[in-house]
Amino acid sequence: MDSALIPEGVKRCSPKAFFFWTLPWLALLLWGGVSAALCLLKGLNQTNMSDYFAFALWIVFDLAIIALGAGAFFTGFLTYIIGRKELKDIINAAVIIGFICYSGAVAMLGIDIGQPIRGWFIFWHVNVHSMLAEVSFCITCYLGVLLIEYIPLILENPQIEKVKPLRLFGQNLHGIMAIFAATGTFLSFFHQGSLGGLYGVMYARPFAFREGFYVWPWTFFLFILSAIAAGPSFTILCTKLAQAITRKRLVPDKAFQTLAKISGSLLGVYIILKIADTLGWIYGITPAAGLAFMDYFKEGPYGVWLLVLEIGVFGIIPAIILLTPSARKSEGWLITGCLMNCTGIVLNRFTFTIVTLAIPVMPFDEFMSYLPTWQEWGISLAVIGYGFLLFSLSYRYLPVFPKERELNPVVE
Amino acid sequence: MVIDLDKCTGCGTCMVACSAENNVSVRPDESDPQRRLTWMRLYKVTNGKPFPETEVSYFPRPCMQCDHHTPCVSVCPATATEMDYETGIVSQIYTRCIGCRYCMAACPYHARVFNWWDGYFPKSKGMTRYLSPEVSPRMRGVVEKCTFCHHRLMRARTKAYAEDRRELEEGEYITACTEACPAQAITFGDLNNPDHQVANLIKSPYAFRLLEKLGTEPKVYYLSSKDWVRKLGDNFLPGQFEPVTKVKMG
Repeated sequence: MDSALIPEGVKRCSPKAFFFWTLPWLALLLWGGVSAALCLLKGLNQTNMSDYFAFALWIVFDLAIIALGAGAFFTGFLTYIIGRKELKDIINAAVIIGFICYSGAVAMLGIDIGQPIRGWFIFWHVNVHSMLAEVSFCITCYLGVLLIEYIPLILENPQIEKVKPLRLFGQNLHGIMAIFAATGTFLSFFHQGSLGGLYGVMYARPFAFREGFYVWPWTFFLFILSAIAAGPSFTILCTKLAQAITRKRLVPDKAFQTLAKISGSLLGVYIILKIADTLGWIYGITPAAGLAFMDYFKEGPYGVWLLVLEIGVFGIIPAIILLTPSARKSEGWLITGCLMNCTGIVLNRFTFTIVTLAIPVMPFDEFMSYLPTWQEWGISLAVIGYGFLLFSLSYRYLPVFPKERELNPVVE
Repeated sequence: MVIDLDKCTGCGTCMVACSAENNVSVRPDESDPQRRLTWMRLYKVTNGKPFPETEVSYFPRPCMQCDHHTPCVSVCPATATEMDYETGIVSQIYTRCIGCRYCMAACPYHARVFNWWDGYFPKSKGMTRYLSPEVSPRMRGVVEKCTFCHHRLMRARTKAYAEDRRELEEGEYITACTEACPAQAITFGDLNNPDHQVANLIKSPYAFRLLEKLGTEPKVYYLSSKDWVRKLGDNFLPGQFEPVTKVKMG
C-alpha cells in the first residue's frame, strides 16, 4: 500500500505489521498527551513535585536524554570536521536520535515550567548570568540545526525526491552540512556544559556546587565529557536495537568499532576526572561548607552506594570493556559496555538532580521524599514512545542507513 | 532584620501576619506542608537531649535577602528576581516569572515557594475583604517569596517625600511580622545605619546568621544565648565552634 514511499532496493514489513508495531508507542503518546493536558490545564499540582523537589523526574529525563542525544553532534563533528568516513554509515541514525532527544526534551520542558506561555521570556528578559538562559538559547538553536540536518534526509524520500526544487535544495543542504555540523558542535558544547554549570553554580547547595575554572564551575566540563562519552554508546545501542528488531545488518561493523573506541576512550578520561572531582569535593568544598562527606548520605534512600555504582560499576567497568579491542569486537560485550556507559550517565544526572535537592542544607531541615505521579511518568515515557515512532517512520520511509541495500540485498 | 530566638515563643503570629499582609493564598486543605504557601516559616529545634535536659528553640525564617551574589538572582533565566542595591531587598516580579523553579533549587533556606494551585480566597469566610490593595495576588505557576513587605517601604517613602524628607526615621518602615510579634523578638531597621538598633544588635557575641559558611551573607541575623542553637544555625564541624564565655553588657 505504501510501497511508493519506501526507498528503492530495501525491504520493509507490511503496512499492517507496521501499524501493530506502532500501537504501543501510540499508547505511550496518548498517556503522555492526557498527562500533559492535565498539567497544562490544572497546573503542576498534578505532579508530586514540591517546594523541596523543585526539579524532579522530568529534569532527570531531560538531562539524561540530552546527554544521550550528544551522539548527534559528536558523530557529526567526527564525520564532517575530523573526516572519519566510516561514520557516514551511521550519521543519519545519530542525527535522528539527536533530534528525537532534543525535541522531546524541549517539549517536556514546556510542560515542566509553571507558565509555559511565558517561555519566550527567557529570550526577551534574558539574564545573561543564568546558566539556564545559556542552556535555553543553545538548545533552541541546536534544535534548529538538528532540523536542518534532518531535512536533507526527509527530502530523500522517493516521492519527495521527484520534486526537482526540493531535490536540489536537499542536495545543496548536503553540500554545506559541514557548516551546520560545526555550528551544532559549538552550540552543543556550550549547552552540555551549561547543563553541568546549572548545578555547579548553586554555591548554596554544597552537594552540587563545584569551584570555578575560569568563569565556569568544573561540572561544566564534566558534563560535556560525560555526554560525548555516552552519546556514541547510545547511538550504537539504538542502531543495534534497530538491527535486532529488523533482523538486518544496517551499519558495517567498522562504524560501531570506531564509535565504541572513541566512547571508551572518552569515558576513561571522564572517569579519571570524575574521581579527581569527587576527591576535590570531599576534601575541599564539603568541609568548607561545614559538612562531612557522610552527612550527604545519612538520610533517605540515597546512600553512598550511588557514588560507588556511578563511578565504579557504571563508569570504570564499561570504560575497560570499551577500551579492550577483543571485548569491543564481541557483540555481547559491546552492548553490555554501551548499556553500562549510558546507565552511568543517567545515574549521574539523577544524582545531580534528585539527590542535590533531597539533601537538606539547613541543619534542622528534614529529608523529604519524592515519588513521581502517573502524570509525570506519562510525560516522560511519551518521549520514548515518540522516539520509537519517529525512528520507525524514518527507517521505513527514508534512506537512514546508506549501506542497508549493500548489506541486505533484496532477493526477488 | 534581627530575630531574638531567646524571646521567640513560636506562637506563629509572624506567619499569620505575613500571610494576611501579603495576600498569601490559602487552600481548602492545608495538610501538605511541602506545597504550602508560607513566606515566613517557623522551625522548631531541640538540643536533642532527653527530658529533663531537653531545650527547645524556634527559628522564624523569612527570606534571608542574601547580600552577596544572591543564589536565586544569579540563576533566574528571565530576570524575574533582582537584588535592589539601594534597598537591599530581593524582589520578585510575578508577571515575569516563567515558573522554572531554578531559584527554588538554588535557595538553601527554602524561602521561595511555588504556586501549585490557583489563588483561593473564599468569599464565604470573608477572606476577599482582607485582601490588601497594595500587594498583587499571584497567579498559579509562579514562584513567590517574602519581600520584607516592600509595599510598606514604598508607602513610608511616599509619605516621607510628601513631607519633603529624603531619609526614613527608624521604625517608619517595619515589616508586618515585626509589627505583629507579641514578644518583640523581631527588630527591623537599616543595618548600615549605626543609629539603628539592628546595627548594634548584630555586634552581640550571640548574633549569628543561618548557614553563614556558604557565603550568601544573609541580611537576617539571629540572636541566641544558647550555644547549641548558634551551633545549629551554621554547619560547624567538630572543633570549629567557639562558645561565648564573656559578654560585655551595656
